[in-house]
Parts: sequence; C-alpha cells; structure tokens
Amino acid sequence: MTRAEKIRDKLRREKLRWSKIYTFNCARANPELIDFANPFNGLQGPGFSRKVQCNQPSLHRRKPLHYPSNYISTTKYNIITFLPKAIFEQFRRVANLYFLLAAVLSLTPIAPFSAVSMIAPLAFVVGLSMAKEAVEDWRRFMQDMKVNKRKVSIHKGDGNFYYKKWHKIFVGDVVKVEKDHFFPADLLLLSSSYEDGICYVETMNLDGETNLKVKRALDVTLHFDEDKTFKDFYATIRCEDPNPSLYTFVGNLEYEKQVCSLDPNQILLRDSKLRNTSYIYGVVIFTGHDSKVMQNSTESPSKRSSIEKKMDYIIYILFTLLVLISLISSIGYAVYTKFGMRNWWYLQPENASTLYNPLMPALSGIFHLVTALIMYGYLIPVSLYVSIEVVKVLQAMFINQDIQMYDEDTGKPAEARTSNLNEELGQVDTILSDKTGTLTCNQMDFLKCSIAGVSYGVGSSEVEIAAAKHIASEFSGSPGHNCFPADYWDNNVDDSSVIQLEDGITCKVVKDPKPKIKGFSFEDDRLMQGNWVKEPSRGTLQMFFRVLAVCHTAIPEHDEENGTFTYEAESPDEGAFLVAAREFGFEFFKRTQSSVFIRESYPNPLEREFKILNLLEFNSKRKRMSVIVRDDSGQIILFCKGADSIIFDRLSKNGKMYEADTMKHLNEFGEAGLRTLALAYKVLDESEYSTWNAEFLRAKTAIGLDRDAQLEQVADLMERELVLIGATAVEDKLQKGVPQCIDKLAQAGLKIWLLTGDKMETAVNIGLLRLGLKQISISTMNTDFLDQDAKKAFLSCLEQNIKDNILLQITNASRMVKLEKDPHAAFALIIDGKALSYALEDDMKHHFLGLAVDCASVICCRVSPKQKALVTRLVKEGTGKTTLAIGDGANDVGMIQEADIGVGISGVEGMQFPALYQQGPKNLFFDWSRIIAWTANGLYSSIVVFFINISIFYDQAFQSEGQTADMAAMGTTMFTCIIWAVNLQIALTMSHFTWIQHLFVWGSVSTWYLFLFGYGFMSPVISGNAFHILIESLGPAPIYWITTFLVAAACNLPYFAHLSYQRLFYPLDHHVIQEIKYFKKDLTDEQMWTRERSKARQETKIGFTARVDAKIRQLKGKLQKKTSNLFNPPKHEINLPPPCIYSTANLAFSRQNFIASPNLHQVETPLPLHLEMKVKN
Amino acid sequence: MMNSTSASPAAPISASGDGSDARRNSKRPKYSRFTQQELPACKPILTPQWVISIFTLVGIIFVPIGVAALLASHDVVEIVDRYETDCIPGNDKIGHIQNPTSNKTCIRVLTVPKDMDKPVYVYYQLDNFYQNHRRYVKSRNDQQLRDKNKANETSGCDPEKTTANGVPIVPCGLIAWSLFNDTYNFTHNNGKALTVNKKDISWKSDRNHKFGSDVFPKNFQNGALIGGGKLNPKIPLSEQEDLIVWMRTAALPTFRKLYGRIEVDLKENDTITVVLENNYNTYTFGGKKKLVLSTTSWLGGKNDFLGIAYLSIGGVCFFLATLFTVVYLLKPRKLGDPSYLSWNNNRLMQ
Repeated sequence: MTRAEKIRDKLRREKLRWSKIYTFNCARANPELIDFANPFNGLQGPGFSRKVQCNQPSLHRRKPLHYPSNYISTTKYNIITFLPKAIFEQFRRVANLYFLLAAVLSLTPIAPFSAVSMIAPLAFVVGLSMAKEAVEDWRRFMQDMKVNKRKVSIHKGDGNFYYKKWHKIFVGDVVKVEKDHFFPADLLLLSSSYEDGICYVETMNLDGETNLKVKRALDVTLHFDEDKTFKDFYATIRCEDPNPSLYTFVGNLEYEKQVCSLDPNQILLRDSKLRNTSYIYGVVIFTGHDSKVMQNSTESPSKRSSIEKKMDYIIYILFTLLVLISLISSIGYAVYTKFGMRNWWYLQPENASTLYNPLMPALSGIFHLVTALIMYGYLIPVSLYVSIEVVKVLQAMFINQDIQMYDEDTGKPAEARTSNLNEELGQVDTILSDKTGTLTCNQMDFLKCSIAGVSYGVGSSEVEIAAAKHIASEFSGSPGHNCFPADYWDNNVDDSSVIQLEDGITCKVVKDPKPKIKGFSFEDDRLMQGNWVKEPSRGTLQMFFRVLAVCHTAIPEHDEENGTFTYEAESPDEGAFLVAAREFGFEFFKRTQSSVFIRESYPNPLEREFKILNLLEFNSKRKRMSVIVRDDSGQIILFCKGADSIIFDRLSKNGKMYEADTMKHLNEFGEAGLRTLALAYKVLDESEYSTWNAEFLRAKTAIGLDRDAQLEQVADLMERELVLIGATAVEDKLQKGVPQCIDKLAQAGLKIWLLTGDKMETAVNIGLLRLGLKQISISTMNTDFLDQDAKKAFLSCLEQNIKDNILLQITNASRMVKLEKDPHAAFALIIDGKALSYALEDDMKHHFLGLAVDCASVICCRVSPKQKALVTRLVKEGTGKTTLAIGDGANDVGMIQEADIGVGISGVEGMQFPALYQQGPKNLFFDWSRIIAWTANGLYSSIVVFFINISIFYDQAFQSEGQTADMAAMGTTMFTCIIWAVNLQIALTMSHFTWIQHLFVWGSVSTWYLFLFGYGFMSPVISGNAFHILIESLGPAPIYWITTFLVAAACNLPYFAHLSYQRLFYPLDHHVIQEIKYFKKDLTDEQMWTRERSKARQETKIGFTARVDAKIRQLKGKLQKKTSNLFNPPKHEINLPPPCIYSTANLAFSRQNFIASPNLHQVETPLPLHLEMKVKN
Repeated sequence: MMNSTSASPAAPISASGDGSDARRNSKRPKYSRFTQQELPACKPILTPQWVISIFTLVGIIFVPIGVAALLASHDVVEIVDRYETDCIPGNDKIGHIQNPTSNKTCIRVLTVPKDMDKPVYVYYQLDNFYQNHRRYVKSRNDQQLRDKNKANETSGCDPEKTTANGVPIVPCGLIAWSLFNDTYNFTHNNGKALTVNKKDISWKSDRNHKFGSDVFPKNFQNGALIGGGKLNPKIPLSEQEDLIVWMRTAALPTFRKLYGRIEVDLKENDTITVVLENNYNTYTFGGKKKLVLSTTSWLGGKNDFLGIAYLSIGGVCFFLATLFTVVYLLKPRKLGDPSYLSWNNNRLMQ
C-alpha cells in the first residue's frame, strides 16, 4: 500500500457516524430554521454587532467590518511606551520619588552634596530596575512571538490551502486544523474527518476539564469536507460581540438563503486542542484579543509584594522622622543664625547670602530645611530597593537553575517569570489550585478489581504504601530500618524490603519499578497469563473482561512499530480499561459503524464480533454508560458500567450475589484513594429488546423540549435488573511530587482551595478529601436541560429566589459549622460554578468567605476562569493574607494574575521542616516590633559611633607627631567605624557562612580601605582633605585602629548579648533545629523527626497525610484484633505473596469475618443542605 | 516518560510532549554547587561555651588596651594657659582688639608641672569658633592654592573672592581671610630664649601637593575688611605653614592647632615666660583662647577617654560573661532539646 492509500484507508475507517452511536451528546433536533422574514431576532443592537463574511477575510481588513488580526501580545510595554511607562513605574516608589526630588535640588546651591553624588546612585538604581523590567518583558514578547508564529493551514482561494502563521489569520478565514493541534482562533466548526461532522476537543487549557468534549457541525455545512469544496463557499455569520463567557455563544449562520442558529456546540475556542479527529475545517469568528480565552485574561498587573508595600510604610515613617529631624535642625539653625552668627565675624555675616543671612533667619531656616532633608536623606537608603531587587533577581535565577525543580518528563526547568514576588513565597497563607493537569498526571492506572466478590490486584496505591511503611516502622521500631519512618515520602527505600512485624505478619513493601505498561499497574497471578480460566468463577471473570473491552466509545489505533493497539478514548479511564482488557487477553482491535471486534486469547485464541445495537453513553447526570450488543452467538446483552451507587440501585434480585463483598471492596478501594466503577450486565431476550428499542427510537426521533427527558427515561428503563459482576479501581496518579507538596503545605498550616473546571465527582476525588470529612454542598437548581431562551426567562424571574436560596444555604451551613462541638470535625465546602456566581455578588461574598474560611478545604467545581480570578480576589482582599495560585494553562491566567503569587507546582525540597514555614505567614521576621527594635539598635549604634569618636578626637593630638585631627580625619575614622559596626552586625545575624558570605562581608570592609587608599591617591582637587589620608595621617596613627576596634565592639555588644540570651534561653524553632542537626541528635534518636513532625504540623484534615492517618488507624485497629486473636492463630499462611501489610491483613481478617472497628468506617455524612429546586417546565 | 518503554504504550490521550532528548537536556540546569545552593557552609552555633568565651576574650583583650591607653595618656604632660581675658585691658575689648595701633603685647609665665621630654608641641586652642560652618568650610578654592596659573579660580570663595576692583585674591575665601595671627615667644627660666620650630607642623602632603611652591599670596587682606593675619607675599604658600594648618578645618567648635615645636627638654618647675601678641579677635563671639604646651605619647595627646572606654567595655564583657555563666548554671538548657520547639511550648508563637 502506498502511503496515500494508507491515509485514505485510515480516513475511511474514521468516517464513523458517531452521531448514530451516541444517544445524548449529539442529540439535536433538526437544524432550526429561523423565520427568514425576521432572521435577526435577538441578534441586533448592542452586543450583537459582529458580522463575519466567511471565506472573504479581505472584507475584514478594512472598515466597516474591520476586526483585529490574530496577533496577540501580553507584554507590559512596547518600544515607545517602555521609557515613560517604566519610569513611571519606578517613581511610583516613594523612595525613588524622594531621591528624584533630592537629585533635582542637588543642582542648586542648597544641596549639601555635589549633584553627581546624588544623581549617580539614583540613575544606577532606577536603571537597574528598568533593565530588569525590560528583560522580563522581552521574555514575554518572545513567548508571544512563539505563539504568533505557529502555523496553520488556511484557505487561500480556489480550494487551495497553505500554511500561514497564526498572527496573519483574519476573521472570515477558513482554516484546517489537524489532530493534536491547537485552534488558532475561535472557530465555527464546518466539518470534520468524521462523516457527521463531529470532533473531539480537549479544553484543558481553557477551563481545566480533562474529558474530551464532542462538538458537532451544522448539517448544512457538512459537505465542505475537502479542500476543493471551499472554492465556492460563501456564508455570513452574525453573532455576539467578543466576550469572556466560555460556555455561551449566540449567533446565526446564513448560508444559501437558510438561516441556522448557532450554539456553543459549533464553536471551537482558541487554546483548546483537537483530539481523536484527523482534521476539521472551520471559519474564524474571533481573532487575537477578541477570542474568548484572551477576553478572559485580565491586564497583567505590575505586582508589588506585600513586603514592598510594607516597606513603603517604613519609608513613610522614616520620612516623617527625617522631616522631624530636619525641622528641629533648621529651627536650631535659624536661632543660631539670628543670635549667634552676627557675632561670627569670620563668616562675614554682613555679606552673607540668603542661605545664611542673620537678618532673615526664617528664610535661611527654610533653605536649611531643604538642605537638611537632603543631607539626612541617608535615613532612607537609596539602595534599599535596588538591593532587594538584585537579591530577587538572584533568587529567581536560583529558582530557574534548581535541578530539583527540573522536570525530566517535559524537559522544562522551573521558570520564575517575574522576580518581584519571591519573598512572598514564604508568606503564603491560602493556596488556590486548579486541579486537573496541575495536580494529576491525568493518567489512569488500572490497579485493582473486585470480581465475583473476590478482590484481585496486589499492587498498592500510594496511600497504602505510605501507611504500611509507617505501621511497619512503628512496630519494628528498630533504628536504621529501611522503611525510615521520618518521612512518608522517603524514596530511598530499597526496591523491596520486608518488614517483620512482631506478631509474625510480614509486610513486603515493593517499590515496583515503573509500570511496564502505561495505564496498567495491575499485578495478580491469579488473573494474568490466562490463569483466570482456572478460577472458580471463570464465567463472571469472562463477563467482566468483556465489559471492559466492549463497553466504551474508544477507537483502536494500530501502532505499526510494535504491532499493538493504542486507544483513542474520551476519558483516560476508558483508555486504562481497554489496556487492562488487552492485558487480560481481550484485545479490542477494530470498530466499525456497527460492531466492536475483540480478539480473545484465552482459553483459545479467537476473534469475536459484538454488534452494537445501542450505546447509552456516559454523562455526568446519568453517571453510567451502557452498550447493548449482540454477540456472535446471537445473544443480546447489555453491558453497563457506572458509579457504584447508581449500579447498586439497579440490580435485580438475582444480581445481588456479590453485592456485599463488592461493596466492602469498593470501600477499601475508596480508602486507598482509588477511583472506582461498578460493572454489571443483563441478558436480554429478543422480544424484550425489540419492544424497548421501538420505544427508544420513538424517543430519539421525538421533537420538542422534553426529548432529552424522554430519552433518559427510556434508557433508564433498560438499565434495570442488572447483574453485578464486580468493580474496577484505577488510580489517578497525582503528578510526581504533588501529593508530597500538598501534604507538606497542609501540614504547614496552609489552606488549600481547589478551583476546577471539572465536575464535582472528579474534583472531590483528588485526595484533598478524606472519608469522614463533612461535606457542605452549595448548588443551584439544575438548569442544564433547559434551552437557552427558557433558561434566560427563568433566571430573570427566579434570580432573586435563587439568590435567597443560596444565601440561606450559606447561613445555615455557617451556623452548623459554628455549632459543631467536635474539635476534630472538619468541613469541606463544595460549591459549583453557578452557585458561585451568586455567592460572589457583592452582598453575598462576605457570607460566603466567612463560611469558606471555617472549612478545612474548599472546592469550587465547574468554575470559569473569570470566576477563578474573582474567587482569588475575594480571598486575597477578604482575608488580607498572601495568596498563591497554582495553575497550568490559559484558563488559570486570570487567577494567577489576581493572586499575590502565581506558580506551577513541581515539588518542594526534601527535608524542609514544614513547621518552620509557620514562621513565614506569621511574619515573625518582619513585624513592627522587630522593625522598631532594629531602629533602636541603629540609633544606639549611631550615638556610640558619634560620641566615642568626638570624645577621642576631641582636641588633643591624635598621634605622636603632634598634629590634631581635622574634619577629614575625624569623619574618615567615624566612617571606618560604621563600616566595621555594620558588617559585624551582618555577620552576627547570619547563621550560614559560605565563601560568598565571607567574601561579601569581609570584602565590604576591605573595599572601604582600598577605596580610601585609592581615593587618597587622586589629585587633591578631587580628593580634597582626604588626600593621602590613609597612608599619611590615619594609617600610622594607632588611635585610628584602636578606635575602630572599640566602636565596632561597643556597637555590637548589646545585639550580641541579646542574641546570646535568646539563643541560650529562649531559642526559636530554627535555632533548636540547627542545634539538633549540629549535634547530630537525629542520628541517635531516630524517632525524633517523626515525633516532632507530627507535633509540629498543623492539624491537617485534608491531603495525603490525613488519608494515611485514617488508614493507619484502621490498620492499628485490625492489628489489635489480630493480637487479641493470637490465641487461636489463623490457619492461613501469612507469608503470602501480597506485598504489603494491608493486603495481608485484609485477607486475613476478611476471611475470618472480622468486623472492623467502628472508627474505620467513617461514613460520609452529606448534609441535608443540598437543596434542589425542581423547576417544572 | 513516553519513550521509556518498548511495550505497547496505551491510550495516547495522556501522551504529552514532543521533541528529542537532546533538546530536553539542553534545558536542564547545569549542576554546580553554587547554582544548587549546596556550597559548603560553616554554620556556627552559639553555644553557652562560645558565648561565655567570646565575652571573656573580649574582656581579656579590652582591659589591657584600656590600661595601656590610660597610662599613655597619663604620661603626657600638658600646660594649658587661657589668656584672652588677662591679655586685654579695660572694658572695650572689641574696640581694643580691632584697633590696629593699640598695643597687644602680653606676658604670661608658665610653670612646668613635670618633666617634659622634647619635642614639646605648642598649640593654640580656640573655643566657640565654628570652623565647621558650611559657609566657612566651602569658602576656599583648592585649585588656586596649588597652581599659580589658576589664580583666577575663585569659585566658592564668596565673599572673599576678589578685591573691590575685581582682582582675584590669593588665597581666596573666608578660611584664609580669617587666619589666626596671635604669636608666641618663649623664654626659658631666666631669659634664655626657647626657639619654636615652626617647620613641618603641617602635613607633608599638604605642603607638597596642595599648596603650590610657586604660588604667592596676592591681594591678600587688602580690602576694607581686615580679617585675621596677613601673609608675606614673598613666601610661597607651600611654606606658609601656619596657613596650611589653619586651612585644615576643625570638626568641632573647640579645637587646637599646632603652632610649633620646642625641641628642648623641659624640667619640672622650670618657668617659661611667654611674650605673646594678642592680635586675634575672639571677643566679638566670646571665644576663649588658650596656649597649650604638650608632649605626646604613642597615642597622641592627653585624653583619658579612650582608656576609660576600653576599660568599661572590657568590664561589661567580663560582667556579661559572669552573668551568662551564672544564669546558665542556674537554668541550663540542653542544646538541641526538642522540648524547646515552639509547638512543645504551649504554642508560644501563636
């Protein structure tokens, strides 16, 4: 076959009519034809002015239909605005403004210093900051350019398509987007590689949802499915103006005198990705900054850290102090000038200028005030900002260079986009996280299953491994053990280690090497390699595998390199199931319009065809999926998989054989942090099916608003009387390092909010919730099934009602949280996007925030990017705490920009003690008492420096040659004293000396002497009285050195005494920990870290640790039973292959029918607050 | 990683990333101890031993230095004679001092309290004289002083820039204009003149680099307003050492300036007769004038402050060392004792 033929073959294979298979997703009444006489109803007037001439982009390059090009820019500056804007930014800082004023004044004779000495440092400082801004903005520009220069295929006319850069796309262009490529702009879907014009879209970047969405083109445009057909394609779109709403779209397509209404189903948004579809054709509707995703991004603000803001306060205070000092000084000056100076003939007061005129002391005083303000300006350090800035740039550099933050998988190092906010990282109080993509790998691993009441799968989930290790270490307690207990996360454990428990239970922790097969970590010899045929319940097993292999909507793809199949599935779970089925010997290899083909390897290899009669696909309301198939023996079977609660409700009397066991296993799986689904089937006889099918077809072809309801009802009829087979458990692996990170953050007392576009179920599953957490759900009535117009009408009249209802829910919940007596009770607040939109309104948001703050974790589901940003703002402004937003895509941009800090998580450093972090948010090192104490210390030092020097160099000779000290000698000595005092002070505050610290501290001191030496060698015209000062006068004078020594010691004595006192008698946490490390106490007392850790961490009710703790409690309970039961030792062999303690224990106890201790089965207590208002049509 | 396995990769739905390994590795940060912040570090811990030894050590160093400084100060013999009140007759002090023709000669007799080994330095001390006033300090031009071609450089010299007819004054400015001009002549015991060596009383660098050997005073003290002393226009500025010393402005309103050296040993109870010309006007601003004869030690002149300060700091250090020892003995804390961690301490920090 030639390559072209292959492609054609592939295309043919892909020309599946999915719309026929799907029941719900593509359910759509016939294209609505709008009354042509009045085609623009609702699409006129403000907000609906856009008119797109399809395939005529040239019309959109000039007025009146001119729309911006697809060029995007996220930079803060451009070449022209950079200078004024950046300078403005710089002088927004109070200190810089002050120095600017001082620099201007230094050009007048009022200034006490030369103009250069004022302007040079300022220019340096401002220049450096601006250079930094410029570099950072340049990086943003380069990033934009990378996006702008992506290429996409565009119709150039005559049915020819060429590749063009994204930024050259105009409204009206017809583009062809290929598989796994991003849409360059907001498009109207015209047709796809599928015959019925559907396509799959991944909107993860947009709203964070991970499951693929199905979009479907209008029927009228379906025939434009080849390049050539666009030669004569003309149509007009009238639609809404650019707006940030991702889930709505209102518009009309006028084509060949038909007017069809458009809805979000036909709109492909920029930054979403085409999946599982070879190509699509689309017309560009919104370009560049008009696109919905760009509309969602807010102006990138210049962020100023809270320290910087606080610093402004300090500067205000210092400035007040400065004014005060200058005022006193100038009043004194005026008095002296008036009463003293007229007698000072050596000043020639009669010839004095206004600056020193004894006849006009007030005026002279005012001039002196200005002079003093400049002179004492050293109170406000000019280098303050620039040193902080340099430090921050270096920090950012370190962050970028950190190998531990380098991601091997994607080859990306950490990237600190702006260095302005590094210090805030230590002060975060609330973390707002986008769940999907950021936290999970979105990669499902088939780990366990329960079939016919038997639990299979010996692999362990992350939670289980950690709990087992902990228990084992606690029981063995021997030092130097492989399972080092200090850290649940210790990855240095050998690949396999056997832990001997005191009562003989062996725990074998296997750190399995990376699963060989992606999506499949299942291990159990009873099922693998066809061994399942030897199991007693082989019939059920076979049925289980068939459900996995048949009940899905995936398409197999032959991988020619290694001859296996990969699967294009709507959700990663399905992919994992198919891989699992393949590994069990049920390989799904072909799908046609009407059939699914399975290659069964056991007991005898053969291919089977399952004719798909109906497919009732998954949606969030149904929470189940069914296929009705006719197998090769002609039997009609319904396969169903779905949420356990749903399935259990639908079992027949005979189908409940395994219910109890399966339920137990499901609970265990759930506790282990796994995602579970129950599987069931039902055999149908021909007549039963045909009766139902007739009804189903009728419902399917029905026209009217209740069609969906009808369909659902009919489907519901079929999905009853099922026979339970078992359950699956897949692990949605969190991204490497993320659980550790979240866990540590929680232990450090940080609050974590989850803002996700995902469905509630997915969000709750993340691991932030544990069993026993009381959930508070706040939601609105479900208006999903109403169509647009009806919804609008309803909303407007019910708006107030809904709002009141939500307010009621919030206040009820708040009251309940307040009344809760149990100190360990934890609440989780779950709120969906619609309810959130009400809760965020001005009059409600504080109630909402009040409730949210009381909850251990907050989960907001199905939130739009704009809402994410709003929630972030609410938290930031409402609590006044530093917020950190974690996100990964364009959908998080708003949130990231709104938060004090925005980051993508990758993991924190290993042995960092989380408790120390608590010093950060408490702001232990930057509070006012500290600031005042340091100021007092500074005042003391300045007094010491001044008066000691004055007294020593009073009037006598300062060396044996008889010369007395002049101003230069005394000043230089003073300054030398300051240099020493300050650097010693710095050295004293440091606890960590590398060569860098030594270099800079002692380097500063030596630089001063070098400067003095060098400056002394400059021409006396420049150096003045400092000429040869070091080598001639000060250097040879012992008193100079002795004074320095004295002053340096005297200045630092109180601080050192304080430091010693504090360290010896009232140590701070980091002091003690430093000592522990220093004296290697941790080596002699292994348990200490664990012990202290558990005490140090803030009560955490969420996260991995909480789950592990629950597991540990459970295991301990079981072990207790176990020991009490040792009198009748169990008969079974304890050293079973199951590699981990819990499975050993589980097996042991389940076989003996132990009843687990009551605290293990903490049952979710959904509150009766979930009010659902039924709205009748 | 997606390329890590030869076994069949599963659903490509989760596949991500593209590009070769080479490109990836190029982005990997290079390892160095510096960039990874793993530099070897010295992490000193303030243990009680350290604290007590540091305080003791500082005390041990400071006390001897203090003793040595005090001894040096006590070795210095100093004669201070305030003369401005006795050397002026009558009530109209200002009128007398400003009258160019009045007799300003005054005789003082000093007794040497202790042996004074040569060289004995002679100082004049002024009081309430603000040589550090901004107007005064700035009123000079260093270029003019060192370069004869720059006589016209008088910027900053206001109001003593030029004479009434616009000729530049050398040296210009208020400092030079207010040059101190009292003179002292010393007689030892019974009439044997004590020569005062006025050479090399200024800094060598000043003579060689700041005051030109070819720059001569011009139009100095020629104006209507006579300030202090006059300069011999025949002698170059580099040799006008009184001016050079005067131009080194003092930091405080009370200051001494070197007048000369007596290069003879003075014995205890020797009498020294000083014939002085009380020319300089301190009466207008009520300043004192003192004549000071002093020897020097390795630390310079007589000043007990340095020694006392050293002794005090040393004493405080000893005291603190004792205090810490006592408190530590009474209330010891085991280092690295986890019970001092905040969470074991009733959550003191919260």
